[in-house]
Amino acid sequence: MSRSNIWLWSAAVLTYAFLYIPLAIVVLYSFNDSRLNAEWVGFTLSWYKALFNNTEMLAAARNSLIIAVCASFSATLLGTMAGLAIHRYKLRVLPVLVFTPVAMPEILLGVSLLLFFLQVLNLTLGMVSIIIAHTTFCIGFVAIIVRARLQGMDESIFEAARDLGASPWQTFRLVTLPLIMPAVVAGALMSFTLSIDDFVITFFTKGVGEPILPIQIYTMIKVAVTPEVNAISTLLMLLTLVMIIVAFQLEARASARTMSRNEAGK
Amino acid sequence: MALLEIRNVTRRFSNYTAVDNVSISVKAGEFFTLLGPSGCGKTTLLRMIAGFDLPDSGQILLDGTDMVGTPPEKRPVHTVFQTYALFPHMTVADNIAFPLKMAGKTPQEIKTRVGEALDSVRLPNFGSRFPHELSGGQKQRVAFARGLVNRPRLLLLDEPLGALDAKLREEMQIELINLQKELGITFVFVTHAQDEALALSHRIAVMNRGNVEQIDEPSRIYSFPRNRFVADFIGKISMMNAHVVETAPSHLKLDVKDLGEVTAAGNADVKVGDNGVMAIRPEQIRISHPSAEPYLKNHFLGKVHDFLYVGDVTTYIVELSNGIYIEALLPNSAPGRATFFEVGDQVGVSWRHDVGIFLND
Repeated sequence: MSRSNIWLWSAAVLTYAFLYIPLAIVVLYSFNDSRLNAEWVGFTLSWYKALFNNTEMLAAARNSLIIAVCASFSATLLGTMAGLAIHRYKLRVLPVLVFTPVAMPEILLGVSLLLFFLQVLNLTLGMVSIIIAHTTFCIGFVAIIVRARLQGMDESIFEAARDLGASPWQTFRLVTLPLIMPAVVAGALMSFTLSIDDFVITFFTKGVGEPILPIQIYTMIKVAVTPEVNAISTLLMLLTLVMIIVAFQLEARASARTMSRNEAGK
Repeated sequence: MALLEIRNVTRRFSNYTAVDNVSISVKAGEFFTLLGPSGCGKTTLLRMIAGFDLPDSGQILLDGTDMVGTPPEKRPVHTVFQTYALFPHMTVADNIAFPLKMAGKTPQEIKTRVGEALDSVRLPNFGSRFPHELSGGQKQRVAFARGLVNRPRLLLLDEPLGALDAKLREEMQIELINLQKELGITFVFVTHAQDEALALSHRIAVMNRGNVEQIDEPSRIYSFPRNRFVADFIGKISMMNAHVVETAPSHLKLDVKDLGEVTAAGNADVKVGDNGVMAIRPEQIRISHPSAEPYLKNHFLGKVHDFLYVGDVTTYIVELSNGIYIEALLPNSAPGRATFFEVGDQVGVSWRHDVGIFLND
């Protein structure tokens, strides 16, 4: 191994260690048979049992799931339409308008949504306000994924559909939608994962009523980092991971099929 | 009455005119080709016939009805795209069934018609495959089948053979001619490949910078190009500056600078004193030993400047006494290269009195 290779390898190992060791510790201690996150005592599932008996935590998880499902559904609907519009109308300002919330600092988005809900809409903060808020920042992600897929596609496929007798709506239903479906699903999964673990925006828009999972975890940590928190974090991590992997797989497989191979026999 | 009538169609884009007051009429059953270099407006014209683009002025009539304002799906016109544009998420059979479904045909009829279409392009067992499982030539055939299955009044073909390799292209050209003959559907074919246009078409419109330069049968386009652009674009041709000294119905007498008098094909549009070029195709020129008795009217001396052996023929580039280069084609009728002449050899160059054409400036 050459000198530069050693440097590259150690840089890589350190980077991954930095990324994954904290996560590994959380997972590990969720199975630790001790109240303290200090030393390994023995394997146990009791923290998971305790978690499933914690009614407040379960309520928080249920609320978070409801929010994530609703927000990702509406974000997918609106984001897909936005992605299609950005692709079709080559208006420069359109992508900026749609993608800006993605890049906006969350705290800014949180504050502005709070003010908007309270002072403009006169809305009582709760589940609905959180769903709207999450939808807002997820639209951009869906739009980016959908547009990327459209950009990789041969435009004449859509013209061919019209040419062969399909109305604009039939073209969308029979050709466009099936072809962008992997991106739509990937966008939905992405939105779900973004929504379920969002803290900042949820914190600003949640009001006082319902417990929400990330906030609930934070409240528990304020008292003490119990292994129960490790357990719920591990579950959350697992859920997110699965969704991200599925999303990437879908996109990669679909684009491999329709893009490289639809080229004109070159 | 013409099936397709393009009347004074103009299409401008922000900074240039893609199609400039073009009028063309295509007869039913014809294989008509729009030929020209890239950017000549042929694809823009095709897109306007299909309905993907609209003319700024002029009319496009199909069977006497103006198509402007009719969306693509309502026009009895189908297109075969350069990229084939097969639907990647549908099987071959579903691709071909698409236009039939859109036209509201019954499932039984769709089934038989798809089967027939697959047979006609010699892919009988390919119905359940997906486009990505096909080779380039097979995709091409599916695209033809899909375009033809619902019997359009007009089939538009946008450089459909452009992506195929030379050998496959020749095969597909023959298949295409046969398909067209068999079905009797009118084809409007777009290409920049002049050999393809000559081989396939009943008539060709040569386009350049948004204008039609000439519309004629292939042999007339090749033998009697109307202007320098057409002469130069189609096939190989040698040109030399000339002016007209005598006109007769059967021939012209031209004066070529520093070479002398040349007899060329008669042309009623030419007057004594006109300046232009004398153009002549390489295969119409004979070269011989300088000592040989001249038996053609146009006979001059020259020196072999270069030659290119390309298998079936050898191209000689001969420098005439006035310093002009002229190309001559000699078939290699004997095995190996017909090594008649080497670079630097003196040769006699001659051609028939009626093969040179005079083109006005």
